[in-house]
This record gives sequence, structure tokens and C-alpha cells, in this order.
Amino acid sequence: MNQLQNFTKGFIKENPVFILLLGLCPTLGVTTSAINGLGMGLATAFVLTMSNLVISIIKNVIPDKVRIPSFIVIIASFVTIVELVMQGFVPALFEQLGLFIPLIVVNCIVLGRAEAFASKNTVFSSIIDGLGMGLGFAFALTILGGIREILGSGAIFGWKFIEGDGILVFVLAPGAFIVLGYLIAIVNKINKA
Amino acid sequence: MAKKESSFINMVLTLFIVTSISALALGGVYNLTKGPIALAKKAKLENAISNVVPEFDTLVEFKIMPAKGKDSLTFYRAFYKDSLVGTAIKTYTNIGFGGLISIMAGFSPDGKIINTAVLEHKETPGLGDKMDIKKSTWSEQFRNKNPEDFDLYVTKDGGKVDAITAATISSRAFCDAMNRAYKAYKLEEGGTK
Repeated sequence: MNQLQNFTKGFIKENPVFILLLGLCPTLGVTTSAINGLGMGLATAFVLTMSNLVISIIKNVIPDKVRIPSFIVIIASFVTIVELVMQGFVPALFEQLGLFIPLIVVNCIVLGRAEAFASKNTVFSSIIDGLGMGLGFAFALTILGGIREILGSGAIFGWKFIEGDGILVFVLAPGAFIVLGYLIAIVNKINKA
Repeated sequence: MAKKESSFINMVLTLFIVTSISALALGGVYNLTKGPIALAKKAKLENAISNVVPEFDTLVEFKIMPAKGKDSLTFYRAFYKDSLVGTAIKTYTNIGFGGLISIMAGFSPDGKIINTAVLEHKETPGLGDKMDIKKSTWSEQFRNKNPEDFDLYVTKDGGKVDAITAATISSRAFCDAMNRAYKAYKLEEGGTK
């Protein structure tokens, strides 16, 4: 597999949300607006890339039996760094996402990529994989958040184009499932074609 | 490089090194972000205070216990050129739809509500979060009202506050917080004058 394919697979072919169905907790929870989805996606992409980088570097010095605890410690450290930095420098975004940031630690994508990819591949392809998967995740969350924001609040990226409310159910939890279901169907159709 | 054997000493050493490095990194980042985080929190609080009282140059902060409730309220008396222009009260309620709601309420020296600002809440997005002035104009009905003749209860409970459509519980909680602030305010101001 060349590096370009390695990078682009995260967007449609192996998209973490639409195909692998990993990390659905933040996916369903934060995507009430496009900007929330994007912020969460980029935070996850950062953690994913950094943890893939570090894990692929040290994969040979970690004994097999303690690899999962080691990976989790590394991932949790990066998540805490993201949380502290976000709290200090972009408090507005932190207010929206604060609750979900610590959940990146247990996001299956991060540990999943560490275990399935970074612990078996070279440093360079692990970084590319982390970037591709992370941006694919951000891409999926932004689309999901965008659709829910348009239908639910009549706005996009905070810019309101209708007066009053949209279809409220799309902002609430059931809306997340409905939109995600349709998106998965569309992505499956694209992949089959 | 060959993979390290999972011997006891190897595992203990690896975990020790991984956790030590993580701890060091986190400590460093914490020190770097401590200042900005404190500043961001302070800016948020000051922003909320200046939203609910007129222009001021000095703030006097003190805490008092409300008649009902488990936690203390924080009073911020705002002075402009040595005369009292208003009092901002950080009040709270625990009966919100999502539990705790924290509100900054501003009272003028003659006992009228100047303005309100929601500091913290976990209400349903799209419904209960309309109590926040950033989301809807609902809370404008409190402006310039004197709670002596503007009963701080929703109309369903015999008061004069129009509840948010489909979010009576959140509206009720908002009134509860305002009531707590007003009662404490009356008690405090009655005692000093």
C-alpha cells in the first residue's frame, strides 16, 4: 500500500465512523453543531497522530504483555495535554467539548490504531495512518454535526439562516442516530459502486 | 531490533519508564498552562459580572450562606467612583433538568434585576439552554423587574415568568436560582442599610 492510499483510506474506504463504527460515544454526543464536530475531530486527530508516532517508535522496547497499559498511559498523557492546552488557550471551545475530551482516552479508534497499525508498522506510515484516520474522523464528525445543525437549529457553523427553531429532534440524541444511519447508508452505497 | 521478552523485570521497568516520562510531560504542560487557564477562568467571571451590572471600577467580593441551600452565594458589589452601582450575585440551583445551573444575576441598588448571565449548565441543547442570553432572548423578560412585584415563579406555578416552551423544568430551575439570589440580596442589603 502506498502512502497516499494509506492517508486517504481514513476518509471513505476505512472511515472510523462510517465503516469501522469506532468511537461512537463522542460521535453521537458532541455533533450538535459543525464547529463542535470539527473541534472534537481535530483534537482526536492530534491525539491519534501523536500516539501513533510515539507507539511506533517504542514498539520494540515494550514487552508484549504490558503493551496495552503502556499504550493507554501514552494516549491518556496526550489527551490530558490537549485538555489543558484547550482550557488555557481556547476556553470557548473547551466549554463546549470539555466533558468529552477525557473520553478520547477510551475512544476505540485511538487504541485500535495503536494496536492494529502503529505497533506493527514503521514510524512514517504510522504518522500517515494517524493523520488520515484522525482527519477522516474529523471529516465524519463535521458532516454529521453540520447536517444536525442545519436541520436542528437552522444554522451552519453558527451562522443562522432561518428565524427561530429548526427540527428539534435533530439536535437531541435520536437525531444523531438518524443522521448517522443515513450517512452510513450513503457511504456504503459509494463504496459498493 | 527484536522484541523484548515479557520477563517480570522487563515489564516492571517498561511500565516504570513509560509512566515516569508521562508524569514529567504532564507536569511540564500543567505548569505552562496554569497561568492561561486561571486567566481564562477569571476573564469569564469578570465578563459575566460586567454583563450584569453597570460600568464599575472596583469590585468587593464576599460570600454569604443563603437561607435555603447547601452552598454559599458569592456577592460582587460593584462601585463606580465610590458609589454602589449594582451587585452581581453568583447563584445556583440544583433542580435543573441536568442538575446544577450556575447563574450570575445583577441587582441595581434599588432592588431591580439588571441582567442575568448563565455561567454553567447541562440543560438540553435546543430546549433548556435557551435560558442563556447567547441562545435566545428568553431571559430578557427579567430585565428591569423588581422581584417584589415580579413573582419569580413560572406562570404554571402562579408566578409571572413565561416558561421556555417545552422546558418548564429548566425555567423553574432558573427562577429558583434567581429567587435564592434575591432573597439573599434582600437580607444582606436590609441588614447594612
